[in-house]
Amino acid sequence: MITATVETRENYLTHEYGVKSWLLTQDHKRIALLYLGAISFFFFLGGIFATVIRLELLTPPGDLVSAQTYNKLFTLHGVIMVFLFLIPAIPATLGNFLVPMMIGCKDLAFPKLNLLSWYIFMVGGICVLYAMLQGGVDTGWTFYVPFSTSYANTYVILTAVGIFIAGFASILTGLNFIVTIHQMRAPGLTWYRLPLFIWSMYATSLIMVLGTPVVAVTILLVALERGFHFGIFDPALGGDPVLFQHLFWFYSHPAVYIMVLPAMGVVSELVSVYSRKKVFGYKFVAFSSVAIAVLGFLVWGHHMFVSSQSVYASMVFSFLSFLVAVPSAIKVFNWTATLYKGSISYDTPMLYAFGFIGLFTIGGLTGTFLATLGFDVHVTDTYFVVAHFHYIMVGGTMMAYLGGLHYWWPKMTGRMYAEGWAKLSALVIFLGFNLTFFPQFIMGYLGMPRRYHAYPEEFQVYHVLSTAGASVLAVGYLIPAVYFIWSLRYGKLAPDNPWNATGLEWQTTSPPLPENFEITPVVNHEAYDYSILEEMKVG
Amino acid sequence: MANHTLALRHHFDDVEQQKSASTFGMWVFLVTEILFFGGMFCCYTVYRSLYPSAFGHASNHLDVILGAVSTAVLICSSFTMACAVNSAATGAKHALVAFLWVTILFAAAFLVVEMSEWHLLYKEGLMPGFNFTYHDVDPGHVQLFFCMYFAMTGLHASHVTIGIGLLGVMAFRASRGVFTPQYYTPIEISGLYWHFVDLVWIFLFPLYYLIARHLQ
Amino acid sequence: MAEHIVTKKQYSYVFGILMALTFATTAIGMIDLGRLNVVVALVIAVIKALLVMLFFMHLYWSSKLNKLVIVSGAAWLALLLWLTLTDFFSRGWLPFPGK
Repeated sequence: MITATVETRENYLTHEYGVKSWLLTQDHKRIALLYLGAISFFFFLGGIFATVIRLELLTPPGDLVSAQTYNKLFTLHGVIMVFLFLIPAIPATLGNFLVPMMIGCKDLAFPKLNLLSWYIFMVGGICVLYAMLQGGVDTGWTFYVPFSTSYANTYVILTAVGIFIAGFASILTGLNFIVTIHQMRAPGLTWYRLPLFIWSMYATSLIMVLGTPVVAVTILLVALERGFHFGIFDPALGGDPVLFQHLFWFYSHPAVYIMVLPAMGVVSELVSVYSRKKVFGYKFVAFSSVAIAVLGFLVWGHHMFVSSQSVYASMVFSFLSFLVAVPSAIKVFNWTATLYKGSISYDTPMLYAFGFIGLFTIGGLTGTFLATLGFDVHVTDTYFVVAHFHYIMVGGTMMAYLGGLHYWWPKMTGRMYAEGWAKLSALVIFLGFNLTFFPQFIMGYLGMPRRYHAYPEEFQVYHVLSTAGASVLAVGYLIPAVYFIWSLRYGKLAPDNPWNATGLEWQTTSPPLPENFEITPVVNHEAYDYSILEEMKVG
Repeated sequence: MANHTLALRHHFDDVEQQKSASTFGMWVFLVTEILFFGGMFCCYTVYRSLYPSAFGHASNHLDVILGAVSTAVLICSSFTMACAVNSAATGAKHALVAFLWVTILFAAAFLVVEMSEWHLLYKEGLMPGFNFTYHDVDPGHVQLFFCMYFAMTGLHASHVTIGIGLLGVMAFRASRGVFTPQYYTPIEISGLYWHFVDLVWIFLFPLYYLIARHLQ
Repeated sequence: MAEHIVTKKQYSYVFGILMALTFATTAIGMIDLGRLNVVVALVIAVIKALLVMLFFMHLYWSSKLNKLVIVSGAAWLALLLWLTLTDFFSRGWLPFPGK
């Protein structure tokens, strides 16, 4: 489809130069790269906090940092990783880059809004950074009242305002995606022909739009209460701190699905292309994304089993929580069925996809443990919970994010990464991750509580294993950072379609033209129809 | 299509698509606004059901007449905004500009009425955080009521203020002749926003001024 | 463009009804009807909201998609209220101290 003359045309990276052309760009592809730079910075910053936490926990007494500093470390690790890395990670980078290209249009519906969302995100991020430099915050990433409103003497308001602002970036991104996916699809691209990545981005956007405002207003109320003594959650006035928890988790539980649904979308793409088969049960995988988005809003009370939430409500939430396992399991089974009798190739992105499926399964299954009312009371606020959500957030989202970054790197930059190093780092990350977090399941079950800087000696062996794993993991994350940057200059030039994939994004040049496509593509086949590539070769 | 080049951005296929995308986007945005206010409505509902009689005492300190007047003023502004959209659609430029300014005037009048209510409450010692001296029946829960009241009406007032700015920009652009019957989507979506601000107040008025009056 | 233009006359009818309902709800609010006060005030508020949405905001002539959007917004708000109130209304149902 792409003729030789196109290759000499300028692409989106070269048609304009200079700082201004980046900072004022309305091109979704450039904005995706702006986001990529910002969130990579926040990822490594959050990683530094994690490193110090793991070093402190190497020995039982609190010898490296004080208790107060430790509280600030895990709070900043949580705030930065959740709000400034994981939530924007896949949607704002891969999503921003790919949504318009996958549906065959020139840009998102509201390009200015898209750029605005990046600036809003940066302002929010800078607020958090400023609070960090002033002395940090020690409430935990959950900002539970009344500690955050009355007792903490750290920079709560500044951090809360930063998160409030960054929330709007997320809302605007979600809004942009919803409108774009509804209104701007290429001719012939019906809903059931969309790539599954688009379905998962759509479901993610629903959560962003429906959930984020609630946490925004909740954080606003916390700031008002702290700043002006507007005691809306103040028990002294008859206010109920548990009400805060309801409002907070109404968003923050679905926020987990903001992190993992895009990851599932990436994995659907990877599993299909590297086994050369259509995704098994396309409609089930597509609708399971929407089902996860909807059911995800019905389960937030399982974070509050040991609060003063009524036992009856806890039972209702416990029951509803199990329902989320159904669409999640549908996805895992369908990916596995897609692999069955496929001609599988073990390129780096596929290694990450395998990593995702395995680790997400462990994270998901331990999630059903935690949905069980009786078991959860036993392990609440222990390392079992910490291990569970790291299996979802790092083992799930981070694996898929890296897989997706490798898979679309040639399209984004026009360069191939170093395959050997990439495979090695995928392996190192997988091993390091499991060594870090699997021992945490065991020590959590044995009673090691989270958020303590000192602990009894009986847990030291698990902490040593965990810290050793974290060191391996850190090396694993540094290797890609090096070879990705290296590839920008020295990588092999990427062909337009290095993986022989069928998505529309592979039908344009690498890197794409400023307006994505020479002519608006017309779609007349289903997603992942690999026979179409043979026809194109013959034609 | 020929003279729409200014209004049509390059990434849309045609004006129709651009218009429906903008309107749809505004509706999605209004859903986020519903849930933004929704968090506070949820707090209100919980506390109202927990402490009905304190809410009754507190609500009698609000001036129903001022509340009703501000509701009426806001409905007037919604009406003139609707007329502005109609004028834009029919190409009546001067009427459009006039209606936008009248809408802004009503909005400002609403803020004046609301601020006078706030001022009265401040003087009565019913503004938590600034001047709260109420020591009658159930002071804690009454304070909770006024915390909710100021948080919600304050959030609403900030939306009114943003609306005034937005409509001011629209009035300026309209007077420069930017809008035609073929292209007036900005007026239409500003209208949607403005009616939403009215919608919120339609619920705030009975919840704070009316339904708890007889519960003490 | 099959755009429906609502006339100023149609708007003024809606405006009249809205003002009348505002007056009615204020007047009824002054009378003590017991629990009915809440019901009446909220029913009138919902009617007013529907009038504003359907006619001032053109939802009556809008696409099904726009209607779906606003319905889902209301549904999610209902979800938030419903599950939160599930907790508050069921406290003390079961014989566990502090629950």
